[in-house]
Amino acid sequence: MSAVLELQQVSKSYGAGPTLVDALVEVDLSVRTGELVAIMGPSGSGKSTLLTIAGTLEDATSGVVLVGGTDVSNMSANERARMRRRFIGYVFQSLNLLAGLTATENVSLPLELDGTRASTARRLAREALESLGLGDRTEHYPDELSGGESQRVAIARAVVGQRSLVLADEPTGALDSLRGEEVMRLLRSACKGGVAGVVVTHDAQLASWADRVVFVRDGRIVDQTAPSTRSQRLVVPGPNR
Amino acid sequence: MSVRHALLALLSEGPKYGLQLRQEFEARTGEVWPLNVGQVYMTLQRLERDGQVESDEDGEDGPQKGYRLTEAGGIELTRWLGPPADTGVPPRDELVIKVLIALRVPGVDVPELMQAHRRRLVGMMQYFTRLKEDALEDEIGLLVVADAEIYRLDAVIRWLDSAEARLRNRPAADPAVEQPALAPRRRRAGALR
Repeated sequence: MSAVLELQQVSKSYGAGPTLVDALVEVDLSVRTGELVAIMGPSGSGKSTLLTIAGTLEDATSGVVLVGGTDVSNMSANERARMRRRFIGYVFQSLNLLAGLTATENVSLPLELDGTRASTARRLAREALESLGLGDRTEHYPDELSGGESQRVAIARAVVGQRSLVLADEPTGALDSLRGEEVMRLLRSACKGGVAGVVVTHDAQLASWADRVVFVRDGRIVDQTAPSTRSQRLVVPGPNR
Repeated sequence: MSVRHALLALLSEGPKYGLQLRQEFEARTGEVWPLNVGQVYMTLQRLERDGQVESDEDGEDGPQKGYRLTEAGGIELTRWLGPPADTGVPPRDELVIKVLIALRVPGVDVPELMQAHRRRLVGMMQYFTRLKEDALEDEIGLLVVADAEIYRLDAVIRWLDSAEARLRNRPAADPAVEQPALAPRRRRAGALR
């Protein structure tokens, strides 16, 4: 399978001179269709910067970012914005749902901004919401939804249409453990359905839903787990260790 | 708890007397794990029998007898500090001891050692998460057992994260990390006298 996202020797610095901070240092990362990769590290390790650069919300200081095989530095601002709307979905801890729009309208908005006819966009949005178990919440406003439901609307918005890359920053937010698990199950099934996913987190439980966990420290990738294969079965440890 | 490996770690800093080993062991484990004298000497005798330490040939058994690490002892210490070779996870308390001991072993990159353990623990957590993912909704027993393992692993990983943060924030120039690399010591009879 081809790499949907590829970072080659990506570095990012903020400030200059004595206040220069290296947020990312020569990061190489490749994420393929169908794969969910977790970026795990403590606060300030550069993991959120990595995500905003991967999502073309911010430019790298040096290195190459390829999305769908295209070097984003060769794209105009308009081309980038269009690519973001069309191909990249984002799920952030603060869900950023628009309070004045229904669940369906929140989900269909990026499609409509991209030129999809409103009726088509709303149909796709309702389908995405239904697939996430929100068929009876499509006309509700964000303040009429529970935390778990809002999170699912945010995921529907991230995967609707022909998205090929979903980027999530601590996507389970303040949800309790079972609701958080639900969010990760949904992200997993989105990936299995043909999307590449990247989730950044400090939480090992969240990261453990990924096929591969990449560890970052001080802006560098320092280690990663082997890609999981279903045939690799460990012996379940007994109760007495 | 591994008294053997704690003693090997103390000797990795250089030759020491029996009494000194006991005092340093207690001081460095925050006196959380007191040792009795008998335990120390019995363990030293076994280590010597196994070729992992050497003692003064002419010294009498007792607090003033000097001991040194052998090459085999250094190898055993390094092996033990890493993640276990099998699929098991060391109990959390053993990992605490490993980190405490690693802090005193010259030449050991403690954050790297912690990461080796973290990678192992996260990998095991991925395994139990897969079990959960593949389980059917009514397989409550399997789901609950997988959760139990995941929370246990999570507790160990969180402790590793906080220990690493404390290590990063500690004041600079701790002599514990400024010591030369672990090297086998040549036997020099009576060197401590």
